[in-house]
Amino acid sequence: MLRLFKKILTTGIVTEKYTAPKDAELESLGIAIKRRIDKQFSGSIAIRQVDAGSCNGCELEIHALNNPFYDIERFGIHFVASPRHADVLLVTGPVSRHMQTALLRTYEATPNPKWVVAVGDCAVCGGEFGQSYASCGAVSNVIPVDVTISGCPPTPLALMKGLLGLLER
Amino acid sequence: MNWTSTFLTQQVNWLDAEISKPIGEYIGVTRHSPLHSVAVWQIEDKHWQQFAVTAKADNVRWVAGWAEHADRQFIVNAKFEKNGVYVVLRTVINVVKPELPTQATVYPAANRSERHSQDMFGIKFIGHPDNRRWTRHQAWDKHQYPLRKDFPAHGEPAEITPPDMHYDFIKGHGAGVYEIPVGPVHAGIIEPGHFRFLAVGELILNLEERLGYVHKGIEKIAEGRTPEGLARLAGRISGDTTVSHCWAACMAMEQAAEVTVPRRALFIRGILAERERIANHLGDMGAICNDVAFTFAQMQFTRLRELWLRTNATVFGHRLLMDVIIPAGVSRDVSEASCALLQQDIVWLRKELTSIMTAIDLNSSLEDRLYTAGYLSPEIAAAFGTVGYVGRASGQDFDVRRDATYPPYDQVNFKVALEDQGDIASRFWIRHKEIMASLKLIEQFIKLLPEGDITTEWLTPAIDNEGLGIVDGFRGEIISYVRFAADNKIARFYPRDPSILNWPALEKLVLNNIVPDFPVCNKSLNGSYSGNDL
Repeated sequence: MLRLFKKILTTGIVTEKYTAPKDAELESLGIAIKRRIDKQFSGSIAIRQVDAGSCNGCELEIHALNNPFYDIERFGIHFVASPRHADVLLVTGPVSRHMQTALLRTYEATPNPKWVVAVGDCAVCGGEFGQSYASCGAVSNVIPVDVTISGCPPTPLALMKGLLGLLER
Repeated sequence: MNWTSTFLTQQVNWLDAEISKPIGEYIGVTRHSPLHSVAVWQIEDKHWQQFAVTAKADNVRWVAGWAEHADRQFIVNAKFEKNGVYVVLRTVINVVKPELPTQATVYPAANRSERHSQDMFGIKFIGHPDNRRWTRHQAWDKHQYPLRKDFPAHGEPAEITPPDMHYDFIKGHGAGVYEIPVGPVHAGIIEPGHFRFLAVGELILNLEERLGYVHKGIEKIAEGRTPEGLARLAGRISGDTTVSHCWAACMAMEQAAEVTVPRRALFIRGILAERERIANHLGDMGAICNDVAFTFAQMQFTRLRELWLRTNATVFGHRLLMDVIIPAGVSRDVSEASCALLQQDIVWLRKELTSIMTAIDLNSSLEDRLYTAGYLSPEIAAAFGTVGYVGRASGQDFDVRRDATYPPYDQVNFKVALEDQGDIASRFWIRHKEIMASLKLIEQFIKLLPEGDITTEWLTPAIDNEGLGIVDGFRGEIISYVRFAADNKIARFYPRDPSILNWPALEKLVLNNIVPDFPVCNKSLNGSYSGNDL
């Protein structure tokens, strides 16, 4: 147990703070996001992530938002387990036809007002997979999309920028 | 002498009950195999199952199965392995009455693969123990077969594809047995799939997986692509295995085109693959701890993973290393400065892991959750032909890098981690051992990195040329089959992700565990949904 505490103490806080930033871009992004959320959303927005057919690349980078470097929760953004608790749907992948109804139902289950963010090239325009007998292509072919975040996959910083774009609408 | 020559001399009496003949007399062995590295054994369709029986008795492992539509016939392939020597078994059946005796009664691993061929080609496997649809949900009709050449890639989809109701799940009977349906949309940030539990109280009586939700038609849209296009697509079969899938596909195409990849490029590929393995193992180890609410480890491992990915971005221009491997080489060279950076990473990660693993090792609450949970016996692991860390944590001593070695792994020394404890703790610790081995590998690759070009000229392969890529991804053995059409275009592409062999093992290892332990059981196996569904 002592070793554990020692490791925690010697690691310190690696989160790239906005008071003493290691990364200026993350700092300015974070401040802007926090300001918006505090003003318009009473301090927090809840995100439900839906993989509608992605290769899992985008999920890896969305996961990274929760690591101690980005720690997106400090800006008031948190991921929830049910669409019924969500303000925002973060949708990845070309929408596979086998996931089409599931995505529609998730969308319906999300209370209004709600926003949809299409994450990654496949979600934005169909990407490497496009439209086929098995794929509906872009998310906007299935549900209305408010903001798109390109990249294959988008980096955590690009994801933060995209979310800020949503808040500034 | 490898097993294949003794196998061919085995006495069998498939044809006539009275006369016993060596198996070799029933098989057309392609001496000059178009697949350079692997023998192709041509066999009559009626012997398909009998061959499997003989192979099984000889402890040969079933590796992969795929079919192909060519004019008025289907070419059906099954791939086997023993002691690192592979054989492709091939038969040809008529399109009009496409039937073949099943191998799934002999090899449970062949079960879902045959159901995939059934859904995609309309091949009927006679005697199959479970011929429910697998890859097909409701996106195409029962009498349509997407991988037949006359099926257009755009298909005839409905405006809204209906949900896949009425799949015939196994039912439980008796007082107190209840069903828990989970998915396709899960609670976390993970891929979609459906799990149907039968439970009594908290205890899992049975688990049935229903996958196929992220079927994107990869095999179909691969057809007609250029080698560059196929490499990009292969890099997106499973995002976490982008390097290894891309490598396997390129290896197959390079074989078909008879292109010799520069040595420097091969060593860089090795560095990429091992860095990918380490990044994923770090992520998995954190996630396993997180699933038993041990946040300390989750935070530590995600921290290490993030720093590791940042070096990827600095040295190779992409955090997940996508599209660095290209046909006939690699797209990024590593400078002296980059090598120094990669070496620093090794020293740093070793130091970090030493302190984290000692802290974790002494933690009794973590031990309490991970030891004995999710036990996969070596017998079941062998029966399903499980590979990678799942197999190696249950005594399956196989690693493509060592047993069917390919450059640059033939130039270096390394130890393959092996455990026989078979529980989640074992699948956790074996990842740690594999990270340590990979660090040593990267060290050697950097030291031995040859001078020279990183790419060479691409040669257009002759029509019908085939290739078979076999590499070891972080989940284990990846198989990639490629056949070329005219004009440098792909005629057939089949990638077999290791998840295809490992997923069925999950149904077994969760038995008699409690439902709340399912997430950690699942994470310890970490199958790819996308790689499975294609």
